[in-house]
Amino acid sequence: MAIDEFAPWEDPEAKPIIQFKNVTKRFGDFVAIDDLTVDIYEKEFFALLGPSGCGKTTMMRMLAGFETPTEGTILLSGKDIAPVPPNKRAVNMMFQSYALFPHLSIWDNIAFGLRRDNLPKNDVKDRVEEMLRLTRMEKFARRKPHQVSGGQRQRVALARSLAKAPKLLLLDEPLGALDKKLRQDTQFELMDIQEKTGTTFVIVTHDQEEAMTVASRIAVMDNGKIIQVSTPDAIYETPNSTYVADFIGEVNIIEGKATSVGEKLSMAWAEGQPEIVGTPTTEFEKGQSVHFAIRPEKVSISAEKPETANAVQGKILDIAYLGNISTYHVELPGGQIIKAQAANNRRLSRRSFTWEDNVWLGWTDTAGVLLGR
Amino acid sequence: MRRFSWFNATSLTLGFAFLYLPMVILVIYSFNKSKLVTVWAGFSTKWYGELLNNDAFLDAAWVTIKVAVLSSTFATVLGTMAALVLIRSGRFFGRTLFSGMIYAPLVMPEVITGLSLLLLFIGIGLDRGVITIVLAHTTFAMCYVSVVVSSRLVSFDQSLEEAALDLGCSPFQAFRLVTLPIIAPAVISGWLLAFTLSLDDLVIASFTAGPSATTLPMKIWSSVRLGVSPEINALSTLMIGIVAIGVISASLISKRSAIQQQRDERAAERSDD
Amino acid sequence: MRRFALIAVPYLWLLALFLVPFVIVLKISLSDSALAIPPYLPTLDLKAGWSGITEFFSQLDFENFVWLTEDDLYWKAYLSSLKIALVSTVLTLAVGFPIAYGMARAPQHWRATLLLLVILPFWTSFLIRVYSWMGILSQEGYLNQFLMGIGLINEPLIILNTNVAVYIGIVYTYLPFMILPIYSALEKLDESLLEAAEDLGCSRMSAFWLVTVPLSKQGIIAGSFLVFIPTLGEFVIPSLLGGSKTLMIGKILWEEFFSNRDWPVASAVAVILLLILVIPIILFQRNEQKQREAEG
Repeated sequence: MAIDEFAPWEDPEAKPIIQFKNVTKRFGDFVAIDDLTVDIYEKEFFALLGPSGCGKTTMMRMLAGFETPTEGTILLSGKDIAPVPPNKRAVNMMFQSYALFPHLSIWDNIAFGLRRDNLPKNDVKDRVEEMLRLTRMEKFARRKPHQVSGGQRQRVALARSLAKAPKLLLLDEPLGALDKKLRQDTQFELMDIQEKTGTTFVIVTHDQEEAMTVASRIAVMDNGKIIQVSTPDAIYETPNSTYVADFIGEVNIIEGKATSVGEKLSMAWAEGQPEIVGTPTTEFEKGQSVHFAIRPEKVSISAEKPETANAVQGKILDIAYLGNISTYHVELPGGQIIKAQAANNRRLSRRSFTWEDNVWLGWTDTAGVLLGR
Repeated sequence: MRRFSWFNATSLTLGFAFLYLPMVILVIYSFNKSKLVTVWAGFSTKWYGELLNNDAFLDAAWVTIKVAVLSSTFATVLGTMAALVLIRSGRFFGRTLFSGMIYAPLVMPEVITGLSLLLLFIGIGLDRGVITIVLAHTTFAMCYVSVVVSSRLVSFDQSLEEAALDLGCSPFQAFRLVTLPIIAPAVISGWLLAFTLSLDDLVIASFTAGPSATTLPMKIWSSVRLGVSPEINALSTLMIGIVAIGVISASLISKRSAIQQQRDERAAERSDD
Repeated sequence: MRRFALIAVPYLWLLALFLVPFVIVLKISLSDSALAIPPYLPTLDLKAGWSGITEFFSQLDFENFVWLTEDDLYWKAYLSSLKIALVSTVLTLAVGFPIAYGMARAPQHWRATLLLLVILPFWTSFLIRVYSWMGILSQEGYLNQFLMGIGLINEPLIILNTNVAVYIGIVYTYLPFMILPIYSALEKLDESLLEAAEDLGCSRMSAFWLVTVPLSKQGIIAGSFLVFIPTLGEFVIPSLLGGSKTLMIGKILWEEFFSNRDWPVASAVAVILLLILVIPIILFQRNEQKQREAEG
């Protein structure tokens, strides 16, 4: 690994720019944020990921100043921001609807925040032009928001929120209104701009692929709580719960009981089937119920019994052909269905397996994760 | 729709003839030479000349315009505030009473509104004149303005105001720089509505005017009770003409800008990256 | 603080110039008329303290309301107002529905113009629109001239200053209020519903009665109330077009106040009129509520 890898969260000396300390937010009886504590560091691209209603938007609105915590404190650079109104915060937000002022030109939209600071005219002009260059919108400066396309509006919204050089930029589903192709291009553009400006970005999204692509760290949320905060690869490879495993990507989950613990763990999961062997990352007790989670691409499929630590036999129920890969749904004798993925590096006509074929599934003892919940 | 039948065509023709024929006749006969309004005696514009030399009418017209400008301006300010309260302020003590008082004047018979305001003005010893008419007109017109403005505010994207706050505006600046320019068309049509209602009102003005002020509708009223008169025909024609020009040009302008907007949006989609 | 001011200004304005006047009307309706300035008794004497207040309340009574029930002029006027309002609502519906229906079925590019043509009269002076019928309906008016000219009648019809003229005036002036809600209901109607009805065996006529009419019900109800409620208290139309036999409560109130200068009776007339109006207003509000719920 490179020495200058960006990972301030692993550095005990690093000072977080934002600290949520035991923050709770209630709307009447409804608990939107439940005793939440998290640190976000400078220059991070931090993603809040979760289904709608999980509290991610509320967290963002508390940072912007549109909601105040019911309990707990939020610190920005070490200072409590509860008494600071939204117009006095060094935090800017890019709205989901973009919220571009329809009566102002794109130039005036970007200049809007700068003018509120009573900057000299020339400074405003220079800064607006810099932002237009950054987002490649110079040609459209004199147009009104409804005279440019959706993707261009998204860039104007970004330019406007970056113009005041905020310490922290909040992005509420920034790419939600774009179609898939444009979204993918824009993700890289966002990362590029974040790197160039060195601003801390907090992004709210329900799209796990988007979070995986752009973020330095992801917080997976559910019911007002953060379930796991980690880097995208750690979230994918070592989820801490079945909720996270299931939320990010595809996964097979097998329930069972631990029969032997230690360096390796054995799990009994069905009558007459070989026990599953895995490598635990946390402590388990003998007899405890265990969930074994494994990604489909880590399950190999073959006609002969494989040499791997785990091998089970089953029948192909369904094949989903996705072009570059195929997903096989294999039914084991107990009725459990396991998904296995294989790359299609041969032409379709020469595919080795078909419906109703009896096949072997195999995986190593480090391929999956063992989860207590 | 595809099934536009002869029945539809007939009912539209007859319906619009019914709506417009009386006014067309009025306009035609305003150019009648004869004093006998129902007998055509040749083309003449003399009644317009007489109208413009009639000081009583001109005075009344001047009073009416003063009242209408003042009351519609006050009504627009108060009505816009009331609309903001209705749509934005959430719950507060006496909210039901407040919204009741906004909607009640819309269905209240004018005779009752007029009577009750007159009794109030007498009760507090306010001399009746232009001021009392303005107060009365402001009160009922503000309710119309608030209905017009609140129907626009309902569809107003609140995140625009939040964006303004986020970019450093105080709440009042956000209203002045963002909300007001965007809801301006509704506020302007509210003002126009209030203005027309005030120009038009006979009953409430009659109750609240007192002897010192006479509005144009009051003047028309006292003259038409005696029967049809060619001067009133001429006056009516002028008023119909002004309204027709105003409404038609307003609708043409808004239609043009809607077409322009559509064209822009189509062009914008094509310019996509 | 800012929010408080925003609420307080329009609130206080409406309290002072809308609610307080009604309390005054209510109070005067319980007073006795007198040859004084102001022409009613008692007046509240706050300088006399508590005894002044009790004195004041002890002199209030329902005498004027008793008087309204005893003199048959008043209850006949209420009944006749209700009848005129009801009949003219039905007439306006009969005239307005075919127009709204025709507009909804007109080609798309006509509709904006047709809508403008319906709204235009609304911006034109009410008084002038009523007045325009005086010249048409009078004995030597344009209608009689026309009918005698084509030889349909020999004697001029007497229409002006009768209830017929009042009906014509009401239908004419309130027609846009009936057309607009019905049109907006019919315009939303999905054409494929009618095709489905015909596909399932309806004739065109029965498809109209079984699909179009029920689906425009909300618009019909809204339009009917928008005509009925203001007609009930109407003053200008019966005064200009109606005759001495046309009894409408708005006219009675006006005369009671300006001609007889009997403020307490005028106030009592107003209170009763309001009580009668409360029922249709509540029904109208409920209809609007239902419509909003159905849409939202």
